[in-house]
Amino acid sequence: MTIHGLRTTPFHSRTAALVRGHAWRRWAGYVVASSYDLVHDLEYAAIRGTAALIDVTPLFKYRIRGPDAAALLDRIVTRDVARCAVGQVLYTPWCDPEGKVIDDGTVARLEEDRFRMTSAHPNLRWLHQNAVGMNVAIEDETAATAALSLQGPAAREILTGVADTDLTGLRFFRAAEACLGGIPVTVTRTGYTGDLGYEIWVANGRAEALWDLLVAAGAPAGLLPTGLLAMDVARIEAGLLLIDVDYVSARRALIETQKSSPFELGLGWTVARAKSRFVGQAALEAERERGSTWALRGLIVEWDSLEALFSEVGLPPQLPTTAWRTSTPVYDGGEQVGYATSGCWSPLLKKYIALSHVPASHAEPGTDVALEMTIEHRRKRARATVVETPFFEPGRKRA
Amino acid sequence: MTSPAAVWDDVVVGGGHNGLVCAAYLARAGRRVLVLERRPVVGGAAVTEEVFPGFRFSVFSYVVSLLRPEIIRDLDLPGHGLHIVPLESTFNPLPDGDYLATWADPDATRRELYRHSPRDADAYLEFGRLMQRMAMAVKPLLSVSPPDPASWRPRDLLAMGRLARHFRGLGERDLHALVKLMTMSSADYLAEWFESEPLKAAKSASGIIGTFLGPRSPGTAYVLLHHYMGEIDGVFRAWGFARGGTGAVSDAIASAARSFGAEIRTDAPVRQVLVENGRAAGVVLDDGEEIRARAVISGLDPRRTFLELVEPAELPDELVEAVRRFRFRGSSGKVNLALSEPPDFTALPGDGPHLRGAIAIAPGVDYLERAYDDAKYGEFSRRPFLDIVIPSLIDPGMAPPGKHVMSIFVQYAPYHRNGGWDDRSREAFGDAVIDTLAEYAPNVRSAILHRQVITPADIETVTGLSEGNIFQGELALSQLFFLRPAPAWAGHTTPIRGYYQCGSGTHPGGGVMGASGHLAARAVLAQGGGRW
Amino acid sequence: MVSGGRRDVVVIGSGIEELVAALELAQAGLGVTVLEPGEVPGGQAASEEILPGFRIDPVHPDAGHLPPAIVNGLGLARHGLAELRPDPVLAAPAAGGEPLVLWRDPQATRASIARRSPRDAERWMGFAGRIASFSGILEAVAMRPPARPAGPLREMLPYFGVGRRIRSLGRSRMIELLRVLPLPAYDLLDDCFENDLLKGALGALSVRGVFQGPRSPGTSLALLHRQVGSPAGTFGPRTVVRGGVGALAAALTAAAKERGVQVRCGAEVAAIEVEEGRAVGVSLDGGEVIAAGWVLSGADPARTFLDLTGARHLDPDFVHAVRQIRFRGGYVRVHLALAEAPRFEGLDVEPQGSLVIAPELDAVERAYDDAKHGRMSGRPVLEARIPSLADPSVAPSGRHVMSIDARFVPLGDHPAPEPDLAGAMGDRVVELLAEHAPNLPGAILERRVLTPADLETRYRLTRGDPHHGELALDQLLFMRPVPGWGRYGTPIEGLYLCGPGTHPAGAVTGVSGRLAAAAILARRG
Repeated sequence: MTIHGLRTTPFHSRTAALVRGHAWRRWAGYVVASSYDLVHDLEYAAIRGTAALIDVTPLFKYRIRGPDAAALLDRIVTRDVARCAVGQVLYTPWCDPEGKVIDDGTVARLEEDRFRMTSAHPNLRWLHQNAVGMNVAIEDETAATAALSLQGPAAREILTGVADTDLTGLRFFRAAEACLGGIPVTVTRTGYTGDLGYEIWVANGRAEALWDLLVAAGAPAGLLPTGLLAMDVARIEAGLLLIDVDYVSARRALIETQKSSPFELGLGWTVARAKSRFVGQAALEAERERGSTWALRGLIVEWDSLEALFSEVGLPPQLPTTAWRTSTPVYDGGEQVGYATSGCWSPLLKKYIALSHVPASHAEPGTDVALEMTIEHRRKRARATVVETPFFEPGRKRA
Repeated sequence: MTSPAAVWDDVVVGGGHNGLVCAAYLARAGRRVLVLERRPVVGGAAVTEEVFPGFRFSVFSYVVSLLRPEIIRDLDLPGHGLHIVPLESTFNPLPDGDYLATWADPDATRRELYRHSPRDADAYLEFGRLMQRMAMAVKPLLSVSPPDPASWRPRDLLAMGRLARHFRGLGERDLHALVKLMTMSSADYLAEWFESEPLKAAKSASGIIGTFLGPRSPGTAYVLLHHYMGEIDGVFRAWGFARGGTGAVSDAIASAARSFGAEIRTDAPVRQVLVENGRAAGVVLDDGEEIRARAVISGLDPRRTFLELVEPAELPDELVEAVRRFRFRGSSGKVNLALSEPPDFTALPGDGPHLRGAIAIAPGVDYLERAYDDAKYGEFSRRPFLDIVIPSLIDPGMAPPGKHVMSIFVQYAPYHRNGGWDDRSREAFGDAVIDTLAEYAPNVRSAILHRQVITPADIETVTGLSEGNIFQGELALSQLFFLRPAPAWAGHTTPIRGYYQCGSGTHPGGGVMGASGHLAARAVLAQGGGRW
Repeated sequence: MVSGGRRDVVVIGSGIEELVAALELAQAGLGVTVLEPGEVPGGQAASEEILPGFRIDPVHPDAGHLPPAIVNGLGLARHGLAELRPDPVLAAPAAGGEPLVLWRDPQATRASIARRSPRDAERWMGFAGRIASFSGILEAVAMRPPARPAGPLREMLPYFGVGRRIRSLGRSRMIELLRVLPLPAYDLLDDCFENDLLKGALGALSVRGVFQGPRSPGTSLALLHRQVGSPAGTFGPRTVVRGGVGALAAALTAAAKERGVQVRCGAEVAAIEVEEGRAVGVSLDGGEVIAAGWVLSGADPARTFLDLTGARHLDPDFVHAVRQIRFRGGYVRVHLALAEAPRFEGLDVEPQGSLVIAPELDAVERAYDDAKHGRMSGRPVLEARIPSLADPSVAPSGRHVMSIDARFVPLGDHPAPEPDLAGAMGDRVVELLAEHAPNLPGAILERRVLTPADLETRYRLTRGDPHHGELALDQLLFMRPVPGWGRYGTPIEGLYLCGPGTHPAGAVTGVSGRLAAAAILARRG
């Protein structure tokens, strides 16, 4: 029944026709394609090799306007919004008063006093709670605005081909209001793949036209509609975090130990020094001083070790084809020291990689640890090395 | 038949769900247990009866959420036929033709709440999280017999110390949230979270159930929490119906008790508890039959347990005074309808999952408060709060094919009605309920085949619950925890050795929870229960 | 514009608590400036003339429980402070019958009650004793800074004494205390008494400071709170001083000045200046900035944090908590200048204490019902005093002043029920009084009605609540003004609070000022 069914995105008429395996995933109350083809390999290849078109409409989107818009966002997020230029986009987490991460997303300054904030969880109430006494209008445009992520080496060529204005020079984490084939959109050079790419924000009414335009223009370059399974692999390679998977929002945690600070999530670089007061500042400054207990690091499982474990039982290495997101113990010697929260086989790097929470004592890149693997019903430990993320960062991402 | 000479280990007075739970645990521990029930059926207020030919009703208590999972496990109730079907949804039609619903799916619920208030949609999740934490915080209280705070006995001091440590251990933030929940009105508490009037009203309604308070009265936030208790222990969507009606719960517990060797006698009203030399020695039935036992456990409410079954002279004055002051003040009634078709709500016409859940007429906090106002001055609510379920939509066996049964819990119907309750006032009360419901589902009026109206006076007459209070005493702050039913005697024991209490009028009380029966059984076993 | 001298402490407001704090701080050697927006020191505690020679206390019905420790400790007697002991303490007129009169002498009270109900008379002493011993516990709690239950154990240490005192009540009283704290006053009174007038009068006293009817849990506590410091059986005004609360303010001001406290009138604070999370002074309406090491605010918490400090300096969770404080005025205060004393039918003594008009408990409940649903009470419950009966200094010879608290009027979130609430409520109060004192309407020379809106605008009381937050179970002790911040400090280093918005919620006069000053001195080290 529609009264309590799920929402479809404005691209549904187009995507539904293409999802051959009926593989849909729920995302923030919407359904979007997990993969269009029966396997997602080609879609992943499109992200890294040609271009991928991903429906990211379910992201929460807020429009924040008014004289205090910058002050409000500056108060909420850890990065320095005061120093965010018009046309600039910030990736940033935001925290509760104890300095634990509530959510992460982007803040785009579209005009001096007009911003768009995107987030993975709903944040309307949090925005309002922080806006007490401020002259600012907060509008939830999640349901009214559709979004497409155009990612991959050919993304620039496809985008500039349909743009009515020249977007060639749009730099990494910049935003522009533009028209694509006559359709007014906001383009941000952002994405969740760690590749060259853009996210395009459009009013619902023009969403289908935008899809058609990009699919047609991208076909010669090899553009593929791409689902979340492929994006999930790409984001792990890029070391990008996923809320509810790699960390628990401080607002939803049931116990203190479920919460993480930005420092503990490898986001220390987003905690601006010497910016005006923001929520969690005191706690974060104190943590910066004293050091964090946890760190988020990459793990690369040593292939030889993995192969040996499989060969013990007479099997060739068998790895999951999709990214996993089950918390998995990380050991040092006999003792569990941390846990990995998501991981995958990187088809590009030919490595078995994971994002993991390790204690400060094990955060140094090069530290040897072991990752639990279940091989033929038995728990084994494969040797792994702690590394900095991202695992993969092509020059084109920022170029 | 029991031979009069037989000596039982334990006699349980009253075969309500708590009495049965207590008996089952005692029998499981290897004791010879006899349950004596006044009525022809066991269950007390948790009974299913075929009130009209082919139409079966959970006559009084109508939903199950609070039944403790450990009781279900320990007594293997599913093996004895218990099958609880979750409620699909909550549905609150509103006077302006709109409605507020929550669905089984959190995304669908969020979308529905967002329609009413985008901010509330955000708050709802966090609120649920907090309630879950609060229920966790209070849970240890549910599983212990409260200590006596005025006592210097090491056992009590130790227990007080443990409680203090537990609460300190919650941390400041949760502790503050808990203090607020324990002391605030549900309306004020909810106003800290939500702005949408229908949502506040829908939620605050669960804070008044079984109380003689309105949603703006302090103390009702705790009752709100009490109704969230079912949602811990990893049990999500814990509210449900028992297949076969609430009587099926009682039957399952009775069957479990029998399987452990307990004997259950119906039509066996107990006149008094035999007390010899300050200790319980058995009971005397109405017909004069004497049944001797080493321990007697009363599942009746505190008034009957202390003032009727035994001579008050056997008890300390302090306890007698406390029980005399214990407030019952039944505030709710019940209307059971046999329907030729399901209700058709103007706000959401036709069939749908909303009919398979809990339907409430609680369109505003003020509405509920006005309903309370009527009751304060001795009248039933002209426009009452209704909590409705239609069990036949989930369990077709409850009604003839194509027909339906509707259970309507109604508040407020004060026991102490001006002029008392009689046939006329009962029917007038029933009319007020139907008039209220028909404003939202006009087809109901013509769909009614039969109607059964139950006033608090009827509840008292049929089930024996004093003043018709469904919780065996108000869930008010001054009657909870170590004050339930009386200070120093909240531990399920009594001043008479070998005499115990296990009804809802003891801690933690309220709802088809079974915890009182379980704790009482533990108290009996801990004291050796009179094995001398 | 920056004024010359930096002060150690600047105090916002010159009410009783602020003056006590200023005195204590000055006594410890600090340079203190008290800022009063009005013309005269005392703020809302200063007396006013409604006609030449007719002095009233605009907001406060009495001086609260003013313990001798404050009076003697601060040497107030030297500054002209004198306590009066009006007797009878309470008179409750009855429609067409003999009024109920409660005296300082319990035996006299007993006799008065016995004429209505011998059973109630018999129970009176027990009841009065119980209330007095319970409010004695409350008093002990009121004198200490609240301990946070999850806080360090050392905060609990002062409470061992309280614990011992509770234990010393004896088993049955101790348990009774636990039962009574959350009990509705209705049940407390109904358990004990049968006479409607007696229950009504005591019920009326139980709803002061709360926006609830006597059937609501928590109202017994409100009664105990009010009885703190009152000897057993004296249910009426608390401390009464010659010249009224205004005279107390004047004496405190004189004592403060004597100890070097600067008291500046006409100084309206516009903002508390915060730098790097620390209060560094205040700025005044004219733009002048007064730098200070410490800022102590006697303004209510909503004004202090939301208006003067600004939400941007505070964490959103704290701001949310402040915004949730329930400020519930819900009553009007009516002041009358009278050509002659009102003559209450059947009352053959001068009603020097409280005059209560509440014929039965349900009358109090119904008065609340009206306001709960957005109407002013059809028959409000009145608690009045005629100070000039015991204290001729407040009115010209032979003339009188009378002040009446009339409950209830709707809270601000209801649309204005009456375009002219002051006029309508004023008329209703006079009509109601005239039922018992027919000469009253003719004697009125001047009438001034203060609605919650008036209290808010004139005396800067958020939503017209003189208690700076309802005296509700969840807004006391470590929960007052907001959970976790009950010890006078605030999230802004250097900013402190005093006043009824903090513990002990006005239960004992001067204590919040004294404890706030102690908190500052302790922090200063």
